[in-house]
Amino acid sequence: MPKNENIISAVNRALSYALENDKDVFLMGEDIADEEGGGVLKVTHGLSSKYGADRVLSTPISEMAFTGAGVGAAIAGMKPVVEIMLMNFTAVCMDQITNHAAKIRYMSGGQTNVPMVIRTMTGSGFQTGGQHSDFLEAWFCHTPGLKVVMPSNAKDAYGLLLSAINDPDPVIYIEHSASYWNESEAAEDGELVPIGKANIVREGSDITLIGYSRSMVDLSMVASKFDGDGISCEVIDLRTVSPIDYDTILKSVKKTGRALIAHEAVKSFGVGAEVSAAIQERAFKYLKAPVARVASKDTPVPFAKNLESEFTYALSDIENAVLSCMNYAESDK
Amino acid sequence: MGKLDNSILLSIYEKMTRIKMNDERFIAEMNAGRITMPYYSARGQECIPASISVLLNSEDYLVTIYRGIHDMLAKGVPAKLIWAELAGRETGACKGKGGPMHITHPATGCMLTTGIVGAGLPIATGLALSSKMRGDQRVTVTNFGDGASNIGAFHESLNLASVWKLPVIFVCQNNRYAEHTNFAKGTACDSVASRASSYNMPGVQVDGNDPQSVYAAAKTAIERARAGDGPTLIEAMTFRFNGHTMGDAGGYIPEEEYKTAKENDPYPKFRAFLEEASVATAEALNELDEAIALELEEAVKFAYDSPLVNASDVLKDVFA
Repeated sequence: MPKNENIISAVNRALSYALENDKDVFLMGEDIADEEGGGVLKVTHGLSSKYGADRVLSTPISEMAFTGAGVGAAIAGMKPVVEIMLMNFTAVCMDQITNHAAKIRYMSGGQTNVPMVIRTMTGSGFQTGGQHSDFLEAWFCHTPGLKVVMPSNAKDAYGLLLSAINDPDPVIYIEHSASYWNESEAAEDGELVPIGKANIVREGSDITLIGYSRSMVDLSMVASKFDGDGISCEVIDLRTVSPIDYDTILKSVKKTGRALIAHEAVKSFGVGAEVSAAIQERAFKYLKAPVARVASKDTPVPFAKNLESEFTYALSDIENAVLSCMNYAESDK
Repeated sequence: MGKLDNSILLSIYEKMTRIKMNDERFIAEMNAGRITMPYYSARGQECIPASISVLLNSEDYLVTIYRGIHDMLAKGVPAKLIWAELAGRETGACKGKGGPMHITHPATGCMLTTGIVGAGLPIATGLALSSKMRGDQRVTVTNFGDGASNIGAFHESLNLASVWKLPVIFVCQNNRYAEHTNFAKGTACDSVASRASSYNMPGVQVDGNDPQSVYAAAKTAIERARAGDGPTLIEAMTFRFNGHTMGDAGGYIPEEEYKTAKENDPYPKFRAFLEEASVATAEALNELDEAIALELEEAVKFAYDSPLVNASDVLKDVFA
């Protein structure tokens, strides 16, 4: 077992562990078997050779059929891990995800359930344009019956994936493409990270910075920078964006009196809006400033490099939002 | 083909009778205002699931659609659980969370009822995949209408099931109307069965009003599936007498077509055949009818005597 690893390795090791230890687990997705290259970014490399191409199934480009097949196998008691190569491709099988996977336990009165994981990846920064880059987590968070998990580092990627596979309900597991090669401490074999539990990455007393997935790297950098300037930031990694760990968030905000949430998804109707609303509903009297949201602009993801950079937030946007919160005074109202 | 064994013919008749009487009773209760629901009657399509299900075990999987009470009853889902579900009782199959479009009953293999046209086919493909992986010898039967053959999920599923040689039988109950649109107006080819050739699987069109034809096609398909040779598409030609949904005036169906279909009503035709072929006497069939009527009476009573679902259960079963 490595001391450090990147997220590709962590996901691969978690899948391997699950395949090794649970005969009901199998993988489906486009090009995931070794004969087809072991995944577009080699995340599943080696698994079909080790566990058989009958458990690591490369599929035709038929998201509706193989996502639905995952639902069907899951209600029969299998534990499918379905890979949808890019998050935008979930749009072609949303019926299977939101009308079926999410609702089957409820509509059947608890008689059937869908222990399925949908792994997918996304993120801007590679000039992949409007249909290969979107963060669409809010769609899934807005559907009761789905859990949504978005790890930011290797250890969480490993432990959350194993928890997702063991979960009796459908979990959307979202990987961030640009973070794949970030190295960090590796999880022990079989080490779990619970779904629904945020992680306090850094303790602080002046402002709570909340993020997940890509934004964690940025929030940690901003927190380090402000530390020298005398602003003490508490940094929370949500890890699970649905259901959100409000206990951890509220405890922190009641301590700091200020909150900022950052994500790469577009700003309107996003996870940031939900978190902000919840904080203001449940901790209004503790707030010294309005909750700040830092997110991408409300446009499709553009292609040209400078437009793509303009679309998403910059580090300076987070810094300015922190300063606005810190400098907010009653007279600003 | 020769005549089927009397016992099989009588099993089919019993199932058809239960389905037809149950449908009539639903409509009566709705008309009396005692239950309210969107109801998609399958009156006229009884023969198809009745003739297929006599070939299935309770372990075999069924996937059906919003017009699917006939499929459920044929597979063995107890009528009383369906009635209690429709009446919003806590003893209902899905504890009032599903309703007629989402009845589930795993004990009899009824794994999914969907209200989304075509969506059952991918899920049936997955049920069959689980059977192949486990070697459990189950087959999956998925029912859908002719309208579903024009949605993408149909084509993706047939392709995937064929590529992976899955034990699934795709049963298109072609009742000639996709909601209100005539089959020919919305479908570029002459038959649904012909589409099977694109996916390298047998495609069989049968008279869905003739139990012996449906039975024969299903037998071949089920044997093929159990042998590991892959899926089959069966197109059973039929007609729905009560339109798309109750209250549908049916103005889009030419009178002549409706009249011809009525003359070809599978239920009285089959009953007459049983008597003519001396499979059973009219008295024996009447006795069977009465027993089923009594069973349904008890199902209705079970439903109305059960307590209403508890409104505070609204949050239950979103997650484990």
